[in-house]
Amino acid sequence: MKKKFKLEDLDCANCAAKMENAIKKINGVNDANVSFLAQKMTIDAEDDQFEDIMKEVVAVCAKVEPDCKILF
Amino acid sequence: MTKKQQKMLIRIGIAFFLFAGLLVSEHAGLLEGVEGTAVLFGIYLIPYLVIGYDIIYKAARNISHGQVFDENFLMMIATFGAFGVGEYSEAVAVMLFYQVGELFQGYAVGKSRQSISDMMDICPEYANMEVDGKLTQVDPDDVEPGSMIVIKPGERIPLDGVVLEGESYIDTAALTGESVPRKASVGDGVISGCVNGSGTLKVQTTKAFDDSTVARILELVENASSKKAKMENFITKFARYYTPIVTLGAVILAVLPPLILGGGWGEWIRRACIFLVISCPCALVISVPLGFFGGIGAASRIGILVKGSNFLEAVAQMETIVFDKTGTLTKGEFKVQAVCPAEGSEKELLELAALAEGYSNHPIAGSIREAYGKEINIDRIGQAQEIAGCGICIPVDGKEALIGNEKLMRERKIDYVPDQSAGTIVYIAYEGRFAGRIVIADRVKDGAAQAIRDMKRVGVKKCVMLTGDRQEAADAVARELGIDEVHAELLPGDKVSKVEELLARQEDKAKLAFVGDGMNDAPVLTRADIGIAMGSMGSDAAIEAADVVLMDDDVKKIASIVKISRKTLTIVKQNILFALGVKGLVLLLGALGVANMWEAVFADVGVSVIAILNAMRALKAEKG
Repeated sequence: MKKKFKLEDLDCANCAAKMENAIKKINGVNDANVSFLAQKMTIDAEDDQFEDIMKEVVAVCAKVEPDCKILF
Repeated sequence: MTKKQQKMLIRIGIAFFLFAGLLVSEHAGLLEGVEGTAVLFGIYLIPYLVIGYDIIYKAARNISHGQVFDENFLMMIATFGAFGVGEYSEAVAVMLFYQVGELFQGYAVGKSRQSISDMMDICPEYANMEVDGKLTQVDPDDVEPGSMIVIKPGERIPLDGVVLEGESYIDTAALTGESVPRKASVGDGVISGCVNGSGTLKVQTTKAFDDSTVARILELVENASSKKAKMENFITKFARYYTPIVTLGAVILAVLPPLILGGGWGEWIRRACIFLVISCPCALVISVPLGFFGGIGAASRIGILVKGSNFLEAVAQMETIVFDKTGTLTKGEFKVQAVCPAEGSEKELLELAALAEGYSNHPIAGSIREAYGKEINIDRIGQAQEIAGCGICIPVDGKEALIGNEKLMRERKIDYVPDQSAGTIVYIAYEGRFAGRIVIADRVKDGAAQAIRDMKRVGVKKCVMLTGDRQEAADAVARELGIDEVHAELLPGDKVSKVEELLARQEDKAKLAFVGDGMNDAPVLTRADIGIAMGSMGSDAAIEAADVVLMDDDVKKIASIVKISRKTLTIVKQNILFALGVKGLVLLLGALGVANMWEAVFADVGVSVIAILNAMRALKAEKG
């Protein structure tokens, strides 16, 4: 399943790249894309674990760039 | 400017005021006596904290999360270092200018993003649907296919559909870049994202919002930034190593020389701090994708959808371009060009042909009936008998008529007059005697010859045409357009192997593009380096398979996209060279002790801002 999320206060391009790398490493994530320009995040992950994965995504993002909020 | 940015501006103002006051009083000698003491340090700490407290807070927080090499941390260390060696005013200034730069950078990026998204502002906000006899505004997402919606003058068309009532002119500029409005009347299809003119339209929707043209285009453009160009990947990789290496350099610079050469630590720590300030790769990480994004935006403004930065990069290296003939270079509409009766008048022959083709739904039959222009009296014709690959045998007014190609004439032993002219020749025989022939040809698109000339001018080396048509017809079109190479009489499957042959013949870096109308060209579009589809808005197969979609089927746009891609690439290269050059230079000068903190701040945020402004030029690509 592919889902898109809006991001708020994603202030630096380098952080977006770091977030993307960190999310890609989460188990069950097939692909991830964090677009600094569109302030959007696309996550492609396994259907059945999607919610758990999203929790992990939020945690990872908070670690890399605490200012950035994911809007659900 | 956002709230956050406004707050930052106020903080910068206060800090600047305090800092300027301090500098003035120091120069006026008011602070004499406290020089080099904790008091002076304390005084300078005030503006420093006003401007930099959030940096220190973020640095501390990120370290606790295990994120060491972020720019906050580096700025903190750099300014602490400056304080440590007694350069109080430098420390405050670096922090101040860093924040000014960040603010400006954030503002510039926000602006660029805004201007790109404004351009993409084709998303309809509501649809007028009749609910219980009353017109209500609903979310286009909630409208089921087959519903009835009303589009008032000046409104954006929310969903793809067919006009049931009304007549209007529709402005398709947002999707195609075409400024002449298109007429829409009962029975015509309308496409979401376009703006309705002065008439009210009642439309039956044919697609759900997610499948509608506008939703698909928006998705394509948004996803375009995820298909990264080689240059972007290079920069991301580079950034990953750049920061740690420069930081390591700073540590070495701070520790080694004093140990080896002896002498004061202060000077070397100051130099190391310069390294830290320059160590953030942000200028590159922002400006490269921003440049590509701008290029893609510029292309979509003139009705060209590019599905990824990598394709934009490839277009710039395009040397061979392969066209499918029908529908791409020619209109794909067949028209009767000549009627040559063996005896009798042209009108009689055309009437006979039209009657004979009365039941056929072949495009050629349609063009003959169109040329005849009158209603077909089906009482005059009998049961048609199709002769596969040859034509039709049908009784007209009770006597046998034959209509078809040369093969049919030969098989039925008709004494016919062969015709070598370009186009499709239809031979007609009546009562066993040759009655005449009709020449039907597809016409070359207006401006196709100009388009080929433009492509050659912008650097495309070879134009190739592939077609299933007869060699004569293909050669005629090729001559008219100035095509270099023609492969005619191909079966659909042959196109892929021909393109593969051409791909193999290419030089290493050169790219090959295939231009087709997308319907049955999907395999070829995928096989070519760049698949360019004549998107004939709404053709799913085309949008799906291609890498570049020409929204209004205009081949002239190909030269424009080449220009846009070249310009974008130039800008991106400029940015990379400029940013790396300035950073490298300041690193070198810093290590030698020539550059100071001010230059370092410029090499960091100043370069970012200039690179962003430069990247924005990609958005402003000229038309045509």
